[in-house]
Amino acid sequence: MSVAAQTAPLPRRRAGVLAFLRAHALTAYAILAFVYLLLPIAVAIAFSFNSPKGRFNYTWQGFTLDNWRHWDAVAGLRDSIVLSIQVAAISSVVATALGTLIALALVRYRFGGRGSTNFLIFLPMSTPEIVLGASLLALFLNLQFATGFTTIVISHIMFNISYVVVTVKARLVGFDRHLEEAAMDLGANEWTTFRKVTLPLIAPGILAALFLAFALSVDDFVITYFNAGSETTFPLFVWGAARVGAPPQVNVIGTAIFVLALTAMTANILLQTRRARQLKGAA
Amino acid sequence: MAWFHRHKGLTPYLLLAPGLAWLAAFFVVPLGFLAYQSLQSGTFDFGFSFTWELYNYWDAISRYRDHLVRSFVYAGLATVIALVVSYPLAYWIAFRGGRWKNFFLLLIIAPFFVTYLIRTLAWQTILADEGTVVGVLRDLHILEPDGRLLATSTAVVAGITYNFLPFMALPLYVALEQIDPRLIEAAQDLYASRAKAFLRVTLPLSLPGVFAGTLLTFIPAAGDFINAQLLGTPNQHMIGNVIQSKFLELIDYPEAAALSFVLMAFILVGVFAYSRALGSERLTG
Repeated sequence: MSVAAQTAPLPRRRAGVLAFLRAHALTAYAILAFVYLLLPIAVAIAFSFNSPKGRFNYTWQGFTLDNWRHWDAVAGLRDSIVLSIQVAAISSVVATALGTLIALALVRYRFGGRGSTNFLIFLPMSTPEIVLGASLLALFLNLQFATGFTTIVISHIMFNISYVVVTVKARLVGFDRHLEEAAMDLGANEWTTFRKVTLPLIAPGILAALFLAFALSVDDFVITYFNAGSETTFPLFVWGAARVGAPPQVNVIGTAIFVLALTAMTANILLQTRRARQLKGAA
Repeated sequence: MAWFHRHKGLTPYLLLAPGLAWLAAFFVVPLGFLAYQSLQSGTFDFGFSFTWELYNYWDAISRYRDHLVRSFVYAGLATVIALVVSYPLAYWIAFRGGRWKNFFLLLIIAPFFVTYLIRTLAWQTILADEGTVVGVLRDLHILEPDGRLLATSTAVVAGITYNFLPFMALPLYVALEQIDPRLIEAAQDLYASRAKAFLRVTLPLSLPGVFAGTLLTFIPAAGDFINAQLLGTPNQHMIGNVIQSKFLELIDYPEAAALSFVLMAFILVGVFAYSRALGSERLTG
């Protein structure tokens, strides 16, 4: 059902009635689409409060807070979360640093090889994850480099760089070069200008990229699966648990991650709205 | 002076160097090693050696033709369904969202905040044999009394569609949001019906979003193996499942590497053909 299908041509005098129907058909459709998008999230959250009878957390048996109270009762879960956070912290910081430098070069300088640089940034994002994971494993296998913590971090930095570049670049494009020139005219050298003018202006973009990289790292399964060796991140723990029936504690952690991410996103949106309003007020 | 200019020109390269070096070492070089691996022969016990074993590719294509076809059929179906679901939704947010646009966008990406595997497991629960959805469909005689959703192609396609839908909806929204509503009004002032204004103005202007969205959905969908694993049976397994098990369970590295390249090649050819088709359509239409 597309928009066009809802608006088959009818005589123009009935346009008012039609417009009314059309507006509401579209709204109803949008509501249904949102239900579809949010239903699995609701199910995932609800089943964190389920008290399953056997080891399968598939059918609703009754409400309990025990899973939340004893989130740590499943062997290996806590370690996997700690590992995920460590990997995400290191890889997001390194990827954000490397990606921000690339974004600065791409937006602020004209140089030979810009096109191919953009292409190289775009390629990892348009390669299936399984190929990225497999090729890294081929590298480590052939160099006889044991897979484990280091290789997970290496792979996460790799796939995060492109996303950081895109995020920071989006912020830099609307950036007013005149502000930097003004600082230089007032006697600031390049480094001072960068520190006092450029950095504060692009800081929200860098922060957004850092969040995104952290989130992508925590969520990654495929690439990690190929390069984890005997290590177990949280998604790998869920995968292993799913084979024998995932405990409700998995949903507890999933819900916690969801709430944290949602809070961070909402705060970000509110901050940006306020910033935009302030800038408008100042202009 | 000449030295100064050359020195100044170095700055962008210095900024690029660390990040691009990382991508070269851990993205480009590994692809080379994957190619190297794909041309090896041998077994895990006796070791692999490089022998220009092009036969791996022939073997990969002929033995796993069904998996390849299934991957592209499932990914294609998921992409089309995601487009049909997302387009009106993105349209509604772009033109009717008003002050709440950002909030609605947040709802679209909300699934990404739940770990991929957990939201796929949630679909397992929703589509389960004892679940409400199956019950209702059985009562309505849409499903046979012993009909199932879980462990069918329907479940796998539904899972893939759901998991990659935001990749479709976001670029569509960006493209639709950029359209100046006055253009549509102008078309209607010139006696275009609403349908015609949509077909001649809105739709063509949103094509870049359709293009980006379909690629962003199709490419990861074609390489996916999680949905087939968790929502399907071996009868629904895709090429990703084969690559994964050959690399990590069967330890048949050369064939797994060859299959990865076959997957990449098919995707590249598909993307190229698709961009040619859409590009020419945009010129003539």
